Amino acid sequence: MLGKLSLSVIPFDNPIIMGAVAFMAICAIAIVGSITYYGKWKWLWTEYLTSVDHKKIGIMYLALALVMLVRGFTDAIMMRSQQALSFGPNHGYLPPHHFDQIFSAHGAIMIFFVAMPLVVGLMNIAVPLQIGARDVAFPFMNSVSLWLTVVGVVLINLSLFIGEFAKVGWTAYPPLSELAYSPGVGVDYYLWSVQIAGIGSLLTGVNFFVTIMKMRAPGMKLMDMPIFCWNALCTNMLILAAFPILTVTFALLALDRYLGMHFFTNSAGGEPMLYVNLYWAWGHPEVYILILPIFGVYSEVTQTFSGKKIFGYTSMVWATVAITVLSFIVWLHHFFTMGAGADVNTFFGISTMIIAVPTGVKMFNWLFTMYRGRIRFTTPMMWTVAFLVTFSIGGMTGVLLAVPGADFLLHNSLFLIAHFHNVIIGGVVFGSFAGITYWWPKAMGFKLHEGLGKIAVWLWVIGFYVAFMPLYVLGFEGMTRRLDHYDNPAWHPWLIVAAVGSFIILLAVITQVLQIVHSFRIRDQLRDVTGDPWNGRSLEWATTSPPPFYNFAEIPEIHGRDTFWEAKKQGKVKKPSAFHDIHMPRNTGAGVVVGGFSFLFGFGLIWHIWWMVALGVLGIIVTLWVRAANDNKDYYVPAAEVAQIEQSPS
Amino acid sequence: MVLGYEPFHGRCPFAGSGSVMPLRGLMKELLDMGRKLRAGLLKTAALCLPVLLGGCKMVLLDPKGQIGLDERNLILLALGLMLLVVLPVIFMALFFAWHYRESNTKATYMPDWGHSNKIEAVVWGVPIIIICILGYVTWKTTHQLEPSRPIASKNKTLDVEVVSLDWKWLFIYPKQNIAVVNQLAFPVNTPVRFDITSATVMNSFFIPQIGSQIYAMAGMDSKLHLISDKVGTYFGLSSDFSGKGFYGMHFKAKVMTDAGFAAWVANAKKAPTQLTKANYELLAKPSENNPVQFYSGVDPDLFGNILSQYLKPGMKPTKAAVKPSAPGVAHVG
Repeated sequence: MLGKLSLSVIPFDNPIIMGAVAFMAICAIAIVGSITYYGKWKWLWTEYLTSVDHKKIGIMYLALALVMLVRGFTDAIMMRSQQALSFGPNHGYLPPHHFDQIFSAHGAIMIFFVAMPLVVGLMNIAVPLQIGARDVAFPFMNSVSLWLTVVGVVLINLSLFIGEFAKVGWTAYPPLSELAYSPGVGVDYYLWSVQIAGIGSLLTGVNFFVTIMKMRAPGMKLMDMPIFCWNALCTNMLILAAFPILTVTFALLALDRYLGMHFFTNSAGGEPMLYVNLYWAWGHPEVYILILPIFGVYSEVTQTFSGKKIFGYTSMVWATVAITVLSFIVWLHHFFTMGAGADVNTFFGISTMIIAVPTGVKMFNWLFTMYRGRIRFTTPMMWTVAFLVTFSIGGMTGVLLAVPGADFLLHNSLFLIAHFHNVIIGGVVFGSFAGITYWWPKAMGFKLHEGLGKIAVWLWVIGFYVAFMPLYVLGFEGMTRRLDHYDNPAWHPWLIVAAVGSFIILLAVITQVLQIVHSFRIRDQLRDVTGDPWNGRSLEWATTSPPPFYNFAEIPEIHGRDTFWEAKKQGKVKKPSAFHDIHMPRNTGAGVVVGGFSFLFGFGLIWHIWWMVALGVLGIIVTLWVRAANDNKDYYVPAAEVAQIEQSPS
Repeated sequence: MVLGYEPFHGRCPFAGSGSVMPLRGLMKELLDMGRKLRAGLLKTAALCLPVLLGGCKMVLLDPKGQIGLDERNLILLALGLMLLVVLPVIFMALFFAWHYRESNTKATYMPDWGHSNKIEAVVWGVPIIIICILGYVTWKTTHQLEPSRPIASKNKTLDVEVVSLDWKWLFIYPKQNIAVVNQLAFPVNTPVRFDITSATVMNSFFIPQIGSQIYAMAGMDSKLHLISDKVGTYFGLSSDFSGKGFYGMHFKAKVMTDAGFAAWVANAKKAPTQLTKANYELLAKPSENNPVQFYSGVDPDLFGNILSQYLKPGMKPTKAAVKPSAPGVAHVG
C-alpha cells in the first residue's frame, strides 16, 4: 500500500536533521498560525495562490527563491564548517553519509530552486511591463509553471526527513547514481523534484518566448526593446532548446533505475559517458539561462543610475545572441579529463574562449555606460559595481579552465569551485539582489530600506572574497572537491578562512532579512507614489507602483527606444483621458490543483506507491480537461471600473 | 615541435635566476608571439609568485615533472594574457564609478551619448586578439599535453595498470609481476605509461605535483603518460567523487632512484600473498581507508578481465580493446 515507505525511513536518530526539521516545523506553524490569526487565508488564496497575474506570480517565485536561498545557504555553512573542522584526528560533526547529501542538496537547490526562480521571478515582474503588455501570453500556464516549481521545492525539502537525499553530487553521474551503487530513494528524490520543476521551467520558456514575440506594445520593434527583454528572449530560447535535453536525460536514468534498463549502466552495453555529455549539453546552456537575464538587470540598472542611455545597444544585443548560440557548443569543457583526445578537447577549449569575447564586450559596454554619466550610488548600482569587479575575476578563471592543459590540473579542484561560485555569486546572485531592489518598489509599492541594503552589499562582497579566494589557493594546493575529511596540514588554515567568510555572508543574509522586515514595517515612509522612483527609462516606470492588475489603462504606443524617457524629457507624459473596457484572464485554482496532483505523482514514484502515481496522473489530466472545457476563463473590466481605479489616489 | 618530450634534467629554468623582463621587451615579445613570449611572461610570473604567495604549499606551482611543469607554465601564461584585459576592466569599473559619481559635478555628463565606433572597435578587437593568441596556445599545448601521447626518453617506459575500486587504488606492474594497493612507485626520469580503468564507478587518477589527471571509467582504458624529475614522495588522490569512502581514496606516489625502485620491487616480491582471481574478488569488495598492501604475483589476465567484466556474456573483447595500441581512450564493447 505504501511502497517502500515506513516509519523507519525517518532519521529520528540524527539530531542535526531532527533539529532542522523542528526548526522548519516551527517556522511553518508560525506562518500558518499568523495567517489564521490575522484572518488572511481568503486573501492569500484569492490574491496570490490562485492568481494568474504575472506580477503576483513573480513575487511568489522570488519569495520561494529567497526561502530556498536560506536553506541552500544553511547547507553551505555546514559544509564550510565541516571542512574547517575535519582535519587530521578530528572528523568534524558530519559523517560522509550526511556530508554527501548536503553537498548534493546544496548544488541542486541553489541551481534549480534558487537561481532559476530568481531569474524567472524577475522576468515575470519586469518583462510584460517593459514591453507594455497586460500579462504574459498564457497566464494560466504561468501559474502551472509556478506550482510545478513549488512541487519540486516541497519534494526536495521532504527528502530531509522522509528518507534521504542523493549522495552523488548535483551532477548525479552514473554509474554512481545507478541502482547498483545508489539503491536508496535519494537519487529518486533528486530526479523527480528536478523533473517536475523542469517541466515548469520549460513551460515558462514557451510562455515568455511567445509573450516577447507576440505581445509587444504597438510600434515596439525587437530592436526597440529594453536590453532586459532581449536577454529574457535569448534566455527563453535557451530554455526551449536545453531543458528538453535534461528531461530526456533524467527520464533515461529513471528508466535505468525503475525498469532495469541500461542506458548509463556499466553493464549490458550502458554508456555512462553518454549521460555526462547529455547532462552538460543541458548544463552549459543552463549557465547562460541563469546569467543572461541577470546581464539584462545590470544593463537596466547601469543606464538608469548613470542617467544615460546604454552604450552600444546593438553591440549588446548581438553579443547576447552570440552567447546564446555559442553556449551550445562548449559543453565538453566540463570533462576534458575523460580522454576525448586532443582534437576534440582543442575544439571545445577554443569555442569556450570565444564566448569570452561577447561577454567581455558586455562588460565594456556597461563600463562605457557609466563613462560620462552621473552615477547615483543606490543599492542596485552598488551591486552592479561589485559585479563588474568580481565577475571579471570569475570570467578570467573560467577562461583558464577552458584551456585543456590547465584543466588537466585544475579539473574538480577547489579552484573550479571558486570559479563557478565567483561567476554565480558575483554574477547571478549579486544581479538578482540588484534586480529585486530595483523592481521592489514597482512590485510592492514601496522601496527597500537603502541603509540596510548597502550594509548587506558590503558584507556580501567582503564575505564572498574571504570565503572564496582561499578556495583558489586550495585548488593550487591540489585539494579536490567533495572531501569530508583530509589530513593535509597545508589546507587547514585556508579552510578556516573560508569558513569565516561564510559566516560573514551569514551576517549579510541576516541583514537582508532585517532589511525586508524593517522595510515592511516602515513601508508608509518608503512608499513610492510616483510610479517612477528611480527616474527610469523603460515602460514599467510609466505606470503606478504597484501597477493595477491590467498594468496600463491604455497600452502605450512606442516610437523607438526609451520612449518613456524621451516623453519625460519633453514633458509629454500624458494621463489617459478616456477609458476602454480591458480584456483580462480570470484567476483560477487549477494551477494549485495541478501542482497538488503532480506532488502525488512525484512522491508516489519516489516511494514506489503506484496507486498514488496513477491518482496523480489521472488528477492532472482531469484538472486540465476541466479547465480546458471551461468557457468562463476571461472577462472584460468595464471602462467605468478602469476609470475609477485610475482616478482614485493610490 | 618535436614529437614527445625530452627527458628533463637539472633545475627548473624559471626558478630563482634571471631578471624581471622590462615592459618594453615584454611588448616586443608579445608581437612575435612565440616561445620567447612564453619565457618572458613566465619568468616574470615565476619570480613574482613566490613573493606574493609566501610560504604556502602550492603544489601545482611547484611541479616535479615535465608535464606538470608545462601545465604550470601554461596556467601562468594564460593568466598573464588575460590580466591584460581584466586589470584594465577592474580599474575602469572602480575609476568610472568614483569619477562619474553624482556629486562630482565637474565630470563631463553626456546623457545622450551611447555609441562610438572607435570604442566598439577596441572592445571587440582587443578581446578577439587575446583569444586568438590564447586559442593558438591552446591548440598547440592541447596536442602536446594530450595524456595518451608517449613521452620520448632515452629511458625505457615503465608500464603501470591502474584500477579504481570502492574505495582504493590498485596498481599492477605487469612486467615486474607485482601489485600494490594505495601506493605507487616509479623511477625518476623514467616515463610511465598508465593504463587506467575502474572496476566500479568513475574516479579520476591524479598526482597534482607531477601532472595531468584522467578519469578511471569501467570498460575503458584511459591512457596517461607522466614523468618526474625529482626523487620524492608526492600526494596522489581521486579527484572525482565516488561515494562513501571517497575521502580515503588517496595514495603516496614515490619517485625513486633506479636502485631504490629495484629495492622497492624486490621488497614487494617478498609479500606473502599473490593477486589471484580469488584474492582480487576479496579486494574488490567495498572497503574504506585501506592500508598499503603488496602482492608478490599477479594473475596476468587480471587487468584485461577487469576491463571486459561488464561485457555481455558471449561478447568477446577485441584484442585492441584489452591492450589498445592507439592513443586516447579505447572503448570496449
